[in-house]
Amino acid sequence: MTEDTLRRLKILAESAKYDVSCSSSGTVRRGKKGDGIGNTVGGVGICHSFADDGRCISLLKVMLTNVCMYDCAYCINRRSNDIPRATLSVTELVDITMEFYRRNYIEGLFLSSGVVRNPDYTMERLVRVAQDLRTVHRFNGYIHLKSIPGASQELVSLAGLYADRMSVNIEIPNEDSLKYLAPEKDFKSVYEPMGYIRRGVLENAEDRKHMRHVPRFVPAGQSTQMIVGASPEHDRDILRLSSALYATPTMRRVYYSGYVPVNTYDPRLPVLKQPPLVRENRLYQADWLMRFYHFTADEIAGDNHPDLELEIDPKLSWALRHPEVFPVDVNRADYEMILRIPGVGVKSATMIVNARRFRRLTSEHLRKIGVVMKRAKYFITCGELASPCVADVSPEYVRRQLTEPRKSLKGDNPLQMTLDFG
Amino acid sequence: MTIFVFDGSFDGLLTAVFDAYSWRCFPDMLVREGEVLPMFYDECRDVVTDEAKSSRVWRGLEKKLSRSALSAVVASFLCEIPEYDTVLFRYIRKAIDSPVSIETDFSDADVVEMTRMVRRVNGEAHRVKQFVRFQKAADGSYFAVIEPLYNVLAIAMPHFVDRFSSMSFLLYDKRRGFGCYYDGKETRQVTLPEELPHIATGRLPAEMMDDDELLLQDMWRTYFKAIAIKERSNPRKQRQDMPVRFWKYLTEKQ
Repeated sequence: MTEDTLRRLKILAESAKYDVSCSSSGTVRRGKKGDGIGNTVGGVGICHSFADDGRCISLLKVMLTNVCMYDCAYCINRRSNDIPRATLSVTELVDITMEFYRRNYIEGLFLSSGVVRNPDYTMERLVRVAQDLRTVHRFNGYIHLKSIPGASQELVSLAGLYADRMSVNIEIPNEDSLKYLAPEKDFKSVYEPMGYIRRGVLENAEDRKHMRHVPRFVPAGQSTQMIVGASPEHDRDILRLSSALYATPTMRRVYYSGYVPVNTYDPRLPVLKQPPLVRENRLYQADWLMRFYHFTADEIAGDNHPDLELEIDPKLSWALRHPEVFPVDVNRADYEMILRIPGVGVKSATMIVNARRFRRLTSEHLRKIGVVMKRAKYFITCGELASPCVADVSPEYVRRQLTEPRKSLKGDNPLQMTLDFG
Repeated sequence: MTIFVFDGSFDGLLTAVFDAYSWRCFPDMLVREGEVLPMFYDECRDVVTDEAKSSRVWRGLEKKLSRSALSAVVASFLCEIPEYDTVLFRYIRKAIDSPVSIETDFSDADVVEMTRMVRRVNGEAHRVKQFVRFQKAADGSYFAVIEPLYNVLAIAMPHFVDRFSSMSFLLYDKRRGFGCYYDGKETRQVTLPEELPHIATGRLPAEMMDDDELLLQDMWRTYFKAIAIKERSNPRKQRQDMPVRFWKYLTEKQ
C-alpha cells in the first residue's frame, strides 16, 4: 500500500458516498476461534464513526472503479461527467479492508462499482473481492455487495455465497421517470437481479431444512434505495412501492436518498437549492411506521393527501386526521392502538402493556416509562388525566400547540443579549 | 434513617440483602466504605462481605427472576453510581418479596430506574465497541485506550475476543487504571504505570509503531473526510451519535 492507493481510495469513496445504505445489521455470526478473523453482531449492527454529515460509517463504503459506461442523469459517476477516475485492484481493496477491520474502524465492506465493459465482467470482479476475503483471508465480518443490474444469475448466485447482504438500487420510483433519466435502464434490469437474490434465499432456506450444514445464502437479505426529489413522484407512490417491496420475503430495508444536486447542468433534473432533507426524514419516519407500527402505506399517504406533511411527523399527522379514534385508554386499549398514540414509541408501548398488568397506570407512570406527555396528553385517557382530548378541542388547536416554537424562560430576545454586553 | 455500610462489591451488596433479612432491619440507604456518611442518621450497621451469604441470595434471586433480568441486575451494578446501590437493593428486595416476577412492572419507580440504568450501561458498552481504535504496535499486537463513563470493559471484552480471536491486543481503561490483555488464547487483567507515554496520551510513540500504521491512519482519516456529503453537513447529529468525550482517542478526529 502506498500514497497512491490513498489517493485512489479518496476518489472512490467520494464516488460511493451518495449510496445511503451502510448498515451491518441482520445477521449474527460468531467468530471462529483459530480460523480467520471477524464476527457479525446482528441487532442494529455497529456504527464505528459518524461523518461530518451525521451519517454513520459502519462499512467501508467504496467502489471498485468509478469508470462507468452508463449515463444516468442523477449519478455523479455518469459517463459524461468530467471527474477524476480511478480503479482499485482486488488485492489492494482486500488489504485495505483487512487492515481497517483489525483496527476496529469498520464492520466490513460495502462494495459497489461502475459498470465497465459489460455487467457480467463488473460483477465478476466484485465477486472476486468477496471470494478473496472469505476464502483466502478467512474474513468473517460483514460483506454487502451491490448486484450490478443486468448481471447473470450464475454470478449473483455465487456472490450470495460470500455476501451477507446484497442490494440492487431502484433509484427512481417510477419506470417512466427512470427511463427518462436513465435511458439505458428500465425496471426489468432492477427487478430481475432482485428476483435472483430472492429465489436464492428461498431455495437456500429449503435446502437448509434438509441439510443443516448448507452454507447460508445472503443471510441478511437484500436492501434497495430510492432517490427522492429527482423526479416528480408523490410520497404516496414512493411508500406504495416500498410497501410492496417489504411484502416480498427477503427485502429488509428500503433507503431514501434526498437528491443532492450533483449534475446541475442536466435540464432533465429539477433545480434545487439544497437536498430535500426534511422530506427524506419524513419518508424514513413513514417507513418506520410501516415496519414497526403496523401502519399501511395508504393510511400514511393516501389519495386525498398524496404527500407527507413537512411540518409534523406522519404519525401525528395521521392522528390529527383521525380525531374520532381518540382518546385511547392506555389501561384497556390493545397494543396496536397504543402504538398509534403520538408520543408513544415501540419501547414505551411494550412497557405499558406489561406494566398495566400490575396496576392501573396514571400519567405519572407514563411519564416515568418515557412517554412524551407533551404530545400524548391530547390523545390518551388514563382515568385521572383531565387534559383536553383532540376529539374535544380541534385538531387545528392541537397542531398549533405542538408546532409553535417553544418559548424559553430566559426570553430568547436577541436584542436583550446584545444589550447585556453593549 | 438506617444506613448499611458495605465494601462496594457486588457480593457485598448481596450480603447486605442477606443481613437485612436476618436482622429484620432494612436500610434506607446504602453507603460504600470510605464514602462520607450523611449528616443525620439513626443507625449505622456494617456489612461484612460473606460469599456464603451472597451466593444464597443469588440462588434465591435465580428462582425469582429470568436470566435476562439477572444479567441486567449485574450489568446495571457496573454503573458504579453511589446512589444507585440503594435502588438496586430495593429492587432485589422487591423481587424476593413478590410472589410473581417484578421485572416487567414498569409502574414501579425502582424497576423503571433499573431498566433505565441497564440501558445506559449497555449503551456505554456499545459505544466502546463502536469507538475503540486499535493501533498496531511494532511487535504485531494491537493497542487502544478508552475512558468509558461506566465500568464496561467486562461487557465489551468478550465481543473483541470473539471478533479478533487470532490477534493479541490490549484494551486499557485509563479512567479506572486497568486494562485487559488478550494474547491470542486467554484474557488477563493488567495494570500499567500511568506515566508510560502510550498510556498517558493514548497514542503509541513512533518507535513502538508498526511501519504501516501511520499510512493506514492517514488512509482512514482521508476516507472519513471523503465519505461526507458537504451539502448535508450536520455537525449536531455527528456530536449526538458520537459524543465529544470519545473524540480524544478517535483516529479520524485528530
